[in-house]
Amino acid sequence: MQALWYSLLSAMLIVYVILDGFDFGAGIVYGLVAKTDAERRQVLSAVGPVWDGNEVWLLAAGGTLFFAFPRAYAAGFSGFYMPLVILLWLLILRGLSIELRSHEPYKLWHEFWDWTFRFASILIVIILGAAFGNIIRGVPLNAEGYFAIPLFTDMLIRPSIGILDYYTVVAGLFALGVLALHGTLFLVWKTDGAVRGRSIALAKRLWWTVFALAVVTFALTPTVQPAFFAPLAGRVWPLFLLLVSLAGFFYIPTALKGTNDVRPFLGSVVFIAGILASMAGTLFPNLIISTTNPAYNMTAYTASASTYGLQIGLVWWIIGMILVVGYFTFVYRTLSGKVSAQTKGE
Amino acid sequence: MLWDRLQFAFTVTYHYLFPQLTMGLALIIVFMKWRYLRTDNDKWNRAARFWARIFAINFAVGVVTGIPMEFQFGTNWAGFSNFAGGVIGQTLAMEGVFAFFLESSLLGLFLFGEKKLGRRSHFVVAAGLCAGSWLSGYFIIATNAFMQHPLGYTVGANGTLQLASFWQFVLNPWAVWEYAHNMSASVITASTVVASVGALWKLIGKYDEESSLFLKVGVITALIASVLQIFPTGDQNGKLVADYQPTALAALEGVFKSGSMAPLAIIGQPNVKEQTLENPIAVPGMLSFLAYGSFNATVKGLDAFPQENWPDNIPLLYYAYHIMVGLGTIILALMAISALLIYLKRLDNTRAVLWLLMLAFPFPYIATTAGWLTTELGRQPWIVYNLLRTSAAASPMVNTGDVVFTTIGFVGLYFVIGVVFLYLVGREIARGPVYAEGKV
Repeated sequence: MQALWYSLLSAMLIVYVILDGFDFGAGIVYGLVAKTDAERRQVLSAVGPVWDGNEVWLLAAGGTLFFAFPRAYAAGFSGFYMPLVILLWLLILRGLSIELRSHEPYKLWHEFWDWTFRFASILIVIILGAAFGNIIRGVPLNAEGYFAIPLFTDMLIRPSIGILDYYTVVAGLFALGVLALHGTLFLVWKTDGAVRGRSIALAKRLWWTVFALAVVTFALTPTVQPAFFAPLAGRVWPLFLLLVSLAGFFYIPTALKGTNDVRPFLGSVVFIAGILASMAGTLFPNLIISTTNPAYNMTAYTASASTYGLQIGLVWWIIGMILVVGYFTFVYRTLSGKVSAQTKGE
Repeated sequence: MLWDRLQFAFTVTYHYLFPQLTMGLALIIVFMKWRYLRTDNDKWNRAARFWARIFAINFAVGVVTGIPMEFQFGTNWAGFSNFAGGVIGQTLAMEGVFAFFLESSLLGLFLFGEKKLGRRSHFVVAAGLCAGSWLSGYFIIATNAFMQHPLGYTVGANGTLQLASFWQFVLNPWAVWEYAHNMSASVITASTVVASVGALWKLIGKYDEESSLFLKVGVITALIASVLQIFPTGDQNGKLVADYQPTALAALEGVFKSGSMAPLAIIGQPNVKEQTLENPIAVPGMLSFLAYGSFNATVKGLDAFPQENWPDNIPLLYYAYHIMVGLGTIILALMAISALLIYLKRLDNTRAVLWLLMLAFPFPYIATTAGWLTTELGRQPWIVYNLLRTSAAASPMVNTGDVVFTTIGFVGLYFVIGVVFLYLVGREIARGPVYAEGKV
């Protein structure tokens, strides 16, 4: 039951990164691919009706972590206190920028929210990437199941760990590259005209950036967590998923040459889902790795709620997810097709 | 600890200014869309469209200020989350899965899909949106009800709470009555705002048809909800407090000494040091009757309980409760007078009452906030009643300086949001009911 919830939680987080990832990505490259007001409205119209639903996956995943693994929720959220609160502020600003930009016709109003949108999207993604870096590297979890950790360190390559240190910042930049590419490919799919043209050109350059950052991140991982890749020796699934992920990644440039605009985006979806699923499979059963003592590691088995609670949760979770898939299918079908720059408003 | 409480109180109070309008207004919009379907009179659809514009701004601020709430359980209240997460995690996760997905999926369709969907489907989407927001309210109230009156749990091997009976937890009678009271308050807020905008337009002599419609819908809805607010929902909540939280009852009524024929204080100032209520104006025996159905019933005063179990801020609790009841009564009276004038077809020309209606819109917000203060302060010194003290609930390793920093940040950010919100809503009200066509 704990292993099942570990998988479901991972799946929800993956869906979250893929869905909110494309609207974050669109925010990161917003100023690069959309130059005029009409083009900016075109990009916002592509993400405007769906960003909120995408972000609910974060709340739902957070809620699932809370109910299935309360100890890990308590330890993780209090340990990452500062970055989480800063993340909240950025999510607030970003949500407002999307929702409020269209309410007034003034240039200054638009410029203010445009900058807010870009700034918040970039920082949010770096923080999320750094969060994954922290999960891989581990945190100084103590015997009571709590930890505190400085927000940043001297950034030198040595074990003085902080939420932002040399490794997690690289992980954050890797995430920035991945989601910038993801969002750009989303815009290739959902827009036409000048925005689509610039997105295709940008995607080709971003692909090489992501490739370089991936190599650096993988190379640095053993320096912070020598044992990270060890479980792979006995597990086939994470390796297989990693290969699937790479296949998705290397498919992107090929697909960009073709005429079907959704395919490059799907390549990116496979890439992101594969790499995250592979990471979850490697980490299992650990939820939070302790750098002080491996015995303090918080696992799916030591942090979980009672079996009765997990069983009840499974019943409503399945019912809920059937409904959610229904809503999302309905919404994305209603919004199918490309968004043009000529379309007035959303 | 103090800062954790201040931060939660500030962020949740601020957040709830928005959903209380969202939920009630959703119901009123559904009603307007339904009248439009039935009567085919376009004025109902114009009214619904105007309120949908306000709804969109209000909903956006409600969403973004709501995200921190779910995070704060973990960031600031890790002790509590660790202790009770096995139970209350259920309703919080269910709120995400059942309510937030529904709301967020339907909102875009509701705001931008009227032409594409057609009249009937647009009504269905509005009703679904309303259902989503009301469902969200239930899950969060069920969570709160567990903290007030825990049911359906067992204490696990490691001392933390675990779910024992899902239905007992979800259908806690405290949750049912607290929800009813809260939702009727939400309807009062929204209908008072609707009436208030109607009164403003009537007073400046604009949009005659819309302002009459808003006044009629607002006043009658507010009157019905105000009655429900007192009886049965307020009465039942009071009886639950009397039965399960006698310390809260004593403190919020300002009863320091136990006794029969307990008086109901209308006005007075509690003096905790001297354990008396100063300058009281009270109705003899009324409290005994309201709490236990008999004038001779004994009401336990604070002296019947050890001081360590008293709510830790008795004056604030006492005033919050009295402000809630006082403003609730004033709203009921105002709405009753206005409804009578509507019946006599004289409201449009009675400028004094229109002025009062226009100025009344903050009252339900204040009353609701005071009501939540009563609920939360009355539960002290417990975070989960009789099971976990608030003093043991904060995150053990978060430095107070960090909490001060983030509290200041929240105040600053929310101040800016408040200014932007008031500006945008003010603009919409100034633009009037048919601006939508020219909108970018």
